[in-house]
Amino acid sequence: MSGIGVYISLFLIFGGLVTILVYSIKGRDVDRRIIFAFVFFATATAIYYNIEFKETPTTIVKNVFDRLESLPEGSKVLISFDFDPAMKPEVFPMANAFVRHSLVKKHKLYLMSLWPQGQALMTETIEDVIKVEFPEVVYGEDYVMLGYKAGNEGVLNVIITNFRKMYPSDAHNTNIDSIPLFDDVKSAADMDIIFPIGGGKPGPKEWILFVGDPGQVPMAPGLAAVVAPLIYPYYPRQVIGLLGGVKGAAEYESVLRSKYPRFQDVPAPALSMMGPQTLAHIVILSFIVIGNITFFMKRKKANA
Amino acid sequence: MKRTVPLLITGIVGTVLIVSVLIPPAQSLGEDFSLFFDIIAVFAFFLGGGNLFRIHLKKVFHRKEDYGFSIVTLVGFLVTLTIGLFKIGNPEGISGSITAAGSGLQTIFVSIITPLSSTMYALLAFYVASASYRAFRAKNREATILLVSAFVILLGRTPLGMMLTGWIPEQFSIFQIPNLAVWIMNSANLAGQRSILIGVGLGVVAMSLRLILGMDRTYLGSDK
Amino acid sequence: MRKSTMIVTLVVVLLFIASWIFKTMTAPEVDSTFDALTQGFLVTFAAFLTLAIMSFLYQDNPFYKFAEHLYVGVSAAYAMTLGFWSTLVGNLFPRVSETLCGWFQVEFSGQHDWQFLIPPILGILLLMRLSPKGGWISRWALAFIVGTTAGLNLPRFLRSDFIEQISGTFLPLLVDWEGFGHFFSNLSLSASGQFVAILSNFVIVSGVICGLIYFFFSKEHKGAFGSASRYGIWILMITFGASFGYTVMGRISLLVGRLTFLMDDWLGIISG
Repeated sequence: MSGIGVYISLFLIFGGLVTILVYSIKGRDVDRRIIFAFVFFATATAIYYNIEFKETPTTIVKNVFDRLESLPEGSKVLISFDFDPAMKPEVFPMANAFVRHSLVKKHKLYLMSLWPQGQALMTETIEDVIKVEFPEVVYGEDYVMLGYKAGNEGVLNVIITNFRKMYPSDAHNTNIDSIPLFDDVKSAADMDIIFPIGGGKPGPKEWILFVGDPGQVPMAPGLAAVVAPLIYPYYPRQVIGLLGGVKGAAEYESVLRSKYPRFQDVPAPALSMMGPQTLAHIVILSFIVIGNITFFMKRKKANA
Repeated sequence: MKRTVPLLITGIVGTVLIVSVLIPPAQSLGEDFSLFFDIIAVFAFFLGGGNLFRIHLKKVFHRKEDYGFSIVTLVGFLVTLTIGLFKIGNPEGISGSITAAGSGLQTIFVSIITPLSSTMYALLAFYVASASYRAFRAKNREATILLVSAFVILLGRTPLGMMLTGWIPEQFSIFQIPNLAVWIMNSANLAGQRSILIGVGLGVVAMSLRLILGMDRTYLGSDK
Repeated sequence: MRKSTMIVTLVVVLLFIASWIFKTMTAPEVDSTFDALTQGFLVTFAAFLTLAIMSFLYQDNPFYKFAEHLYVGVSAAYAMTLGFWSTLVGNLFPRVSETLCGWFQVEFSGQHDWQFLIPPILGILLLMRLSPKGGWISRWALAFIVGTTAGLNLPRFLRSDFIEQISGTFLPLLVDWEGFGHFFSNLSLSASGQFVAILSNFVIVSGVICGLIYFFFSKEHKGAFGSASRYGIWILMITFGASFGYTVMGRISLLVGRLTFLMDDWLGIISG
């Protein structure tokens, strides 16, 4: 039944696009709300029918996975939630995938944020991923929630030399000296890998400038698609790899699932998003093509 | 007093922070100044909130057009502030995490801030689609290059790219759209972004020097 | 109020109540922090706000304005609250006051760091900006912010965005070179092949140089300099095209996120 539904929906979408093409060629104006309706319908159809595709990781994503995979058990992994709900669909799956990968490898996890909204999202990760999927891990021994601090790069400038000065306590007001995870941590430079996740300011760029480069800490940013092209110049010298947008997240989820079968049944939101993403891309590409066909036909007419 | 003191503050603070990178004994001073900055940043939040409150209160007081919506802003602001500052509904109590699961602030975040913030940005998808139809034209050589590059990236970042060009043999695999997209990102995009980055980097360095040396005083505004 | 507005409002209210009742009846019982009635209300309210913002696509309307104004107020207060608890209570009070630490139940550091009275004083000066007459004094705090930003940025941008970037551009133009014989006998357009790697490095080196030439306006762009500048524009156009592609991808992801919420969390209609 759903198979037929998919084909009917696709037929309607492509039929509609052809109608728009005909309208445009005839020189009639297509109301913007019709365009909006197309994007909405195409995306909703793919979500409704849960259309999924297989993902193959690219080198730039695989580098990140391999580095975390090769670290010895008990390595220190810092994840910074530098994003808000406006970026959540793209980068939250990355954060959760990094958390899953780190904990399954028995690494020590340090969670912090440079965005106020990041702390609330961190709580969601702890409640929905760590406590549900890893009930055996112990707070303070396996992971710690440091929470949010105001001050953008000012925060980074302190933690690169002195963690305790910036974070005298964790998000639950527990003195940092009484947390076993901090027994051998003086600064952010003691981390074995850092995952700054975000797409604004402060974000991955600030982490590279203020922590990665001065502290020589391997950085693997998870980026919202809008900023991903801007971080490429730092690859491969200043970042070991990067995850760009939902596609990067889907690749990471895919490689994580293939390496660890226990994650086959846990949600992989980025992989699920690639179906709607693909259909929406097709619609937008069609609009570009239709717009240009109309443009060239009009220009030809004008020149004739 | 109005201009000399701020210029001195900027100069001293800026110099200390640069010196703290170069001379390790000054590192602690650099950390302290950064912490001062972090604490002042919170007051900047208060300034923003206070200004918002003042503007909307004025609007309500003077019964300006659409003042009813200003009441919505004020109520939302005050309710959130009260719940947040007093940690109302926090299962961990006053000493627990401000965003503890089930706390008032976390509930506001999940049920109000999340839908509002993410939908606001999701709207842009519709406008991007509309712009693609109306304005993205191959008018000249440069625009065509831009269009082709965008086209390859849009196709290459979805499984569709491989479906369309997966048949190309390994010997010519650079023409498989996903590979081409990766190549564009790692070479031409990297080169273009790097040339911009170098320019911006130099600009930031020059601007910072001008500020520290007191040559740029625009941030002080006028004395009027 | 116009009759049509009243009808629309009434329909929205009725739908809201219907959704609330339905979501209350179907609310999951396990591991939930809230009772079914509250859960039903929260999901319905989140869906209402999502649709209120989306209604702007049709045209500006009171539901959108309501949601927009609520967003502004709530977000500002949220940031203030987080800033207060995380940084003032977490970093300032333990250094300056045992009494305040007692009130807010945080551990006192054990000694008074009097220099930490400077930032709250500067902070209060910053708030003077709200006063009609004493606004000028807020410049002192502003000067501290500007000085810190300048002092922090100068060495980092110089190292990471200038020196490191230039250093990273000096790439070998002949990658894995083992002579012409080897090169031509293995010549292919494979994505992982030697030729593509050489081409990639060539594009990076020439692209960065020519991109910078394009931004150099002190010399007229003609002759060889002009050709290099034109090549620089092409590279920049590819860059902007890539950025556009990624931007579209990002915006679509956000839409997918919201629609998934509406169709799964609210309506519960996703198949499979």
